[in-house]
Amino acid sequence: MKDQTKAWDMVIQPKRGWLEVNFRELWRYRDLLYMFVKRDVITIYKQTVLGPIWFVIQPILTAAIFILVFGNIAGISTDGQPKVLFYLSGIVVWNYFSESFSTTSKTFIENANVFGKVYFPRLIVPFSKVVSGLIKFLIQFAFFFAIYLYFLVGVDDTNIKPNEGLLVLPLLILIMALLGLGLGIIFSALTTKYRDLTFLIQFGVQLLMYATPVIYPVSTIPEKYKKFIMANPMTSVVEGFRYAFLGTGDLNWYGLSYSLVFTLITLFFGIIIFNRVEKNFMDTV
Amino acid sequence: MSKTVIQVENLGKLYRLGEVGTGTISHDLNRWWAQLRGKEDPFSKVGTVNDRTQKAEKGEHVWALKDVSFNVGQGEVLGVIGKNGAGKSTLLKLLSRVTSPTTGHIRIKGRVASLLEVGTGFHPEMTGRENIYMNGTILGMTRKEISAKLDDIVDFAGVAKYLDTPTKRYSSGMQVRLAFAVAAFLEPEILIVDEVLAVGDAEFQKRAIGKMQEVSQGDGRTVLFVSHNMASVSQICSTGLLIENGMMAMLDDVKTVINTYTNKRREVFEGFEYSGPIMDSFIQRFSLCNTAGEEKYEFQFDEPIILKYEMILRNYSKGLNLGLYIQDKHNQRITSIVKELPAPNDDSGCLSIELHLSKQKFLNGSYSISTEIFIPFVDKVHLLKDVLSFEVVDNISPLSRFNNYDMGNFYLEPEFIFK
Repeated sequence: MKDQTKAWDMVIQPKRGWLEVNFRELWRYRDLLYMFVKRDVITIYKQTVLGPIWFVIQPILTAAIFILVFGNIAGISTDGQPKVLFYLSGIVVWNYFSESFSTTSKTFIENANVFGKVYFPRLIVPFSKVVSGLIKFLIQFAFFFAIYLYFLVGVDDTNIKPNEGLLVLPLLILIMALLGLGLGIIFSALTTKYRDLTFLIQFGVQLLMYATPVIYPVSTIPEKYKKFIMANPMTSVVEGFRYAFLGTGDLNWYGLSYSLVFTLITLFFGIIIFNRVEKNFMDTV
Repeated sequence: MSKTVIQVENLGKLYRLGEVGTGTISHDLNRWWAQLRGKEDPFSKVGTVNDRTQKAEKGEHVWALKDVSFNVGQGEVLGVIGKNGAGKSTLLKLLSRVTSPTTGHIRIKGRVASLLEVGTGFHPEMTGRENIYMNGTILGMTRKEISAKLDDIVDFAGVAKYLDTPTKRYSSGMQVRLAFAVAAFLEPEILIVDEVLAVGDAEFQKRAIGKMQEVSQGDGRTVLFVSHNMASVSQICSTGLLIENGMMAMLDDVKTVINTYTNKRREVFEGFEYSGPIMDSFIQRFSLCNTAGEEKYEFQFDEPIILKYEMILRNYSKGLNLGLYIQDKHNQRITSIVKELPAPNDDSGCLSIELHLSKQKFLNGSYSISTEIFIPFVDKVHLLKDVLSFEVVDNISPLSRFNNYDMGNFYLEPEFIFK
């Protein structure tokens, strides 16, 4: 039997086994990933009047509202940092995570048409969303960095202290991307069964932001709530990002390892569930 | 005998009818709440109405394809025929890995490209060049391979001048030509083609068929072709596979299979019968008949045509419309009918409709019908593209003596006043 299957290039059979991800095939389709990303970028660039400027307008307006409402009216502490930098750093990080999460969670619903016509490794689609999200993140990050430099160099009276935390920046970005991806593909699989989950995701992501130190620093959280906030894997990412650039906040290895392990487990289960759903997804749509 | 490149063994695909899950959490909760109170499940009425294969009961399974085994040799061109809902599309979907089989397996040697649609992944904002790359990579090519063939593709499609224009500015014919060109230069060892050739103008169809013949004869590549058009099947294919009710009915020389099939067709129901997975609202049966109620697909000029629908409309909502579109032999849409649907009378959601075209003035020729349930500008519910066709034989109209020429599609009953 074994010799027989060897002579064939491909055997199509009923699904079996839990983890049947064909990574070699994914690699073979890398050009498709590139084209999907290119399509995302081109369509954003061409379809709106302001094009990629929107990437920057959105964090500016959000930061302005946050400064007004949370900073000035509610008077929530920013750990003594300039409000603009404090909020912008949180927003930029949160945006990338929530983008990755919500766009990948729509994988099956938005691509039902294409999936019904052509086979390609379906994981390419959520991967491509995370990569196009990264481009958007880099633009927003560059904007943040410009303002950051202004404060660092141009304003004397600040206690901004960039530090060795910057070295883990790539790891932080990786966690944001993979956590969003992992959660997203789990939900994308679930939405094939329950369409109304998409609404849940929409406001769920919004609510989740308040359970993440985007508009407040961890240092202001009362001790009895702290463990709940720390249980959120995005907490350490946002805090770590702030610590690296501003010098206030909390970057500890426990928190970071927790986030990383949480992310890897989520991603692992995500891929398993996604893989199971993708094979017979077309029968239920 | 050439070597076998596709081996299909005991292939089967099971669809579950009835309780598949309602699709939303709120419906599932609703159902659970009803069960808790000992009431009837509010969403369970589906199974009983779908009586396609001898009355499927609630939760029962239907084999869309069962015990199909065959081999295809290298360079062979296999035509898959059968009436709507026989399982052709299911077979194609399994072969192209869009869905996975329930039983059996398919073994394949060589690279497969399936064209269940042309232009998958095309985006109107992208230029012709970008779309070539997009579509090509979706079909499994690498960018390098596409670059090597770009000139051929552009030549074949005849769009060299507009290569850097967004495809939204292309005419629909140009878009189809471009999409087919990408597929034609895919150069896989095995090519699976659905009725994509039905699109495009007559001249382009000729070229497309020519290209397919060239692919199979010249390069020794294998082609699987599914079509309703017996003329093109017999022109391209060497072997025919007839599928009936999900089972293999015949596998033989293409001429023999087509003869058997066309003879059988005359005896049985030729209309459309839905066989896919269950949906909220769908067209279950659709056929044409004459005033005597006999099913018929050939009409005289001026003879009334009656279109009979049986549809299921669960979760009926206002705004649900029936659309009917008629295409002429060049695949140009020549007229449409749109009508809002009334709510079904009973809970089962069954609605039967007779649509009388009493004063039809179609001229000699063949016409195809597409029909759909939809909510205008909002949602497509169930679309049946080119689902039935009919012939009009005209020996009566003043234009009938010009039948050898293309006189158009309608007779207008002109009144002349000579002064």
